[in-house]
Amino acid sequence: MKSQHWDSIITPQARLLDLKLGEIWQYRDLMFLFVKRDFAQLYKQTVLGSLWFFIQPLLTTIIFTVVFGNMAGIPTDNIPPMLFYLAGITNWNYFADSLNKTSTTFRDNQQLFGKVYFSRLVMPIATVLFNLVKYGIQTLLFLLIYLYFVWKGAPIAPNAHALLFPVLILLLAGLGLGFGLLITAITTKYRDLVFLVQFGIQLFMYATPVIYPLSEVPREYRLLSLLNPLTSVIETFKYGFIGTGTFEWAYLAYSAAFTVVLLFLGVVTFNRMERTFMDTV
Amino acid sequence: MSDIVIKVEDLSKQYRLGEVGTGTLYEDINRAWHRLRGKQDPYLRIGDTNDRTKRGNSAYVWALRDLSFEVRHGQVLGVVGKNGAGKSTLLKLLSKVTAPTLGSIRTRGRIASLLEVGTGFHPELTGRENIYLNGTILGMTKREVRQKLDEIAEFAGITRYLETPTKRYSSGMMVRLGFSIAAHLEPEILIVDEVLAVGDADFQKKCIGKMGEASKSGRTILFVSHNMGSLQNLCDSAILLENGMLTYAGDTRSVIDRYLNGKAGAEEQRNQVSFPEVDGFAQLLEVNVEDAEGHARETYYYEDRVFLRIRYVLRESRRNVWVKFTLSRNGEPLFTSYDIDEEVLPVKRQAGEYVARIALPDLLKAGVFSVSLSLVEVGRYFDEKVDVLKFDVDDSMSDTADKGYRMDKPGILRSSLRWEYQTHPIPAGASEMD
Repeated sequence: MKSQHWDSIITPQARLLDLKLGEIWQYRDLMFLFVKRDFAQLYKQTVLGSLWFFIQPLLTTIIFTVVFGNMAGIPTDNIPPMLFYLAGITNWNYFADSLNKTSTTFRDNQQLFGKVYFSRLVMPIATVLFNLVKYGIQTLLFLLIYLYFVWKGAPIAPNAHALLFPVLILLLAGLGLGFGLLITAITTKYRDLVFLVQFGIQLFMYATPVIYPLSEVPREYRLLSLLNPLTSVIETFKYGFIGTGTFEWAYLAYSAAFTVVLLFLGVVTFNRMERTFMDTV
Repeated sequence: MSDIVIKVEDLSKQYRLGEVGTGTLYEDINRAWHRLRGKQDPYLRIGDTNDRTKRGNSAYVWALRDLSFEVRHGQVLGVVGKNGAGKSTLLKLLSKVTAPTLGSIRTRGRIASLLEVGTGFHPELTGRENIYLNGTILGMTKREVRQKLDEIAEFAGITRYLETPTKRYSSGMMVRLGFSIAAHLEPEILIVDEVLAVGDADFQKKCIGKMGEASKSGRTILFVSHNMGSLQNLCDSAILLENGMLTYAGDTRSVIDRYLNGKAGAEEQRNQVSFPEVDGFAQLLEVNVEDAEGHARETYYYEDRVFLRIRYVLRESRRNVWVKFTLSRNGEPLFTSYDIDEEVLPVKRQAGEYVARIALPDLLKAGVFSVSLSLVEVGRYFDEKVDVLKFDVDDSMSDTADKGYRMDKPGILRSSLRWEYQTHPIPAGASEMD
């Protein structure tokens, strides 16, 4: 009997560390088609559908300006509150939207996943890419308002750290995806945890310097706040573009390391769950 | 080089019944605790065979148990079995939708599985965009789709509507498009579920033809269907699944015979079935086949008239609720009949118990017949009973050897036609029969 070569071997247990990244490449065309599909869906709905891109961050910013700026009087490092909040919200939203949408990957796609196999990871990555375009548009909005304030002579001091922007995008995307993958895998199995997620994201925002600067955090909690991988990302953004905020290479390196580990864990858990989730949903 | 392209070994799949999701945390902890002490998974040992008629004692059930078989290159293998026998589970495992509990599947070559046509179609996208989307979902690259796009559209007959959003398509067009994409996949191994059950007869034929072509060009096909006709046409061998176990494998004819006769299992011929009462505004109570005198029989002589009797209850007065049945011979549907076929909608029915007696047409050729019934409420079947009645029509008692309607002659109906003649004598001089 000759030893045989098999292209695919399906067994109950998969190798834990097989990340199946090659499959993502194999299905790259599909990934971009999913992004395209999401857009088609958005466009073909309503005019407001695409306008919502702008309205949502603007409204949130106005509410924050009124509530936290005017009423609660939380300082914004002497930056016009509007700009300060918009900077925070734009970045936070990219992370939160990516997380929110990817964290229901299994539930939203059970119909599709139940009928045909393709690299499951393609789906959440497509979601993050779709949100990236949305993020890009919102960043344009931010830049417009930014230029307006520069023209008005607000104390804005951009610096070379703004060039780190692409890195920040990668970190936001990676963190959103990583958390999303973990959550979708866990909540498919332990469904009781679904309710914690929404609540958790809300709390998470207040634990991140989105509506307040890190410099306002009391010294004794500063380190705790920096354990949050998003803290340095959003602070770096504000530092680079507006000139206020805290920037340390070490903080950013920590966030990057956190992102890599989280992504790894996320992909491993997701792949593990993907094999049998159809039996549990 | 060995030419086995699929090798399935001791394949088993266990499902947990009932509410999944709650209590799993506890079980997982228990599992982990057992594993930690080096013991066997406490939940793997239990589990019943998958027999729907019996109420199991355990929350776990084996949908598949110790399945082993091999498929050679170019073989077209049919998978036969009752509903719930494990066919779909097997397909799901083969197409990697879910992972097995035990055992392994080894495959060689690209696999495409077709558990549904038009998977992932998005109604807002145009036909062209959906071809790309569905094609890539099924594993093609964008380039491959582009090369075949015209061919796909033409096969489906939707070339004119390529730029129309699929939400404007008729359901038939959707099915045709979906199948057409799949048919152009060119994988080495094609796994097909009962997708052919949809679509009109012409298109079904076209699909079977296309699949036949595929198998001739050396492609391996795994085909699951309830339609014994297409199984017979397409497959050269088959396996029979019963209660999650492989009970018989052989050439298609013998597997189908075994399946239909139910000899392999404990299944008996059923000429009379009653159903337990359940909640709902309507349900079937009792059905049987009988002869002209009203005796329920299992076997009918080919000249007998066969009657179908259906008793059902309507607990509320309703509009547009009706009864339908489908008569199949050797697993191939012959016809479907509604009790409102001769009426004009809307039909209103008072609450009450109804008994209908239907004379089946005098066309039954020797074979194994089965009847599927269901109640219908505009656009929806409910209380479906698939192949619930079975009976034989037999011609072995008489000498049909020289008859056109003998069992093994082509055709699925028996008809003794009256041939009307006009005879013209041959002019004189021609030879006469002595």
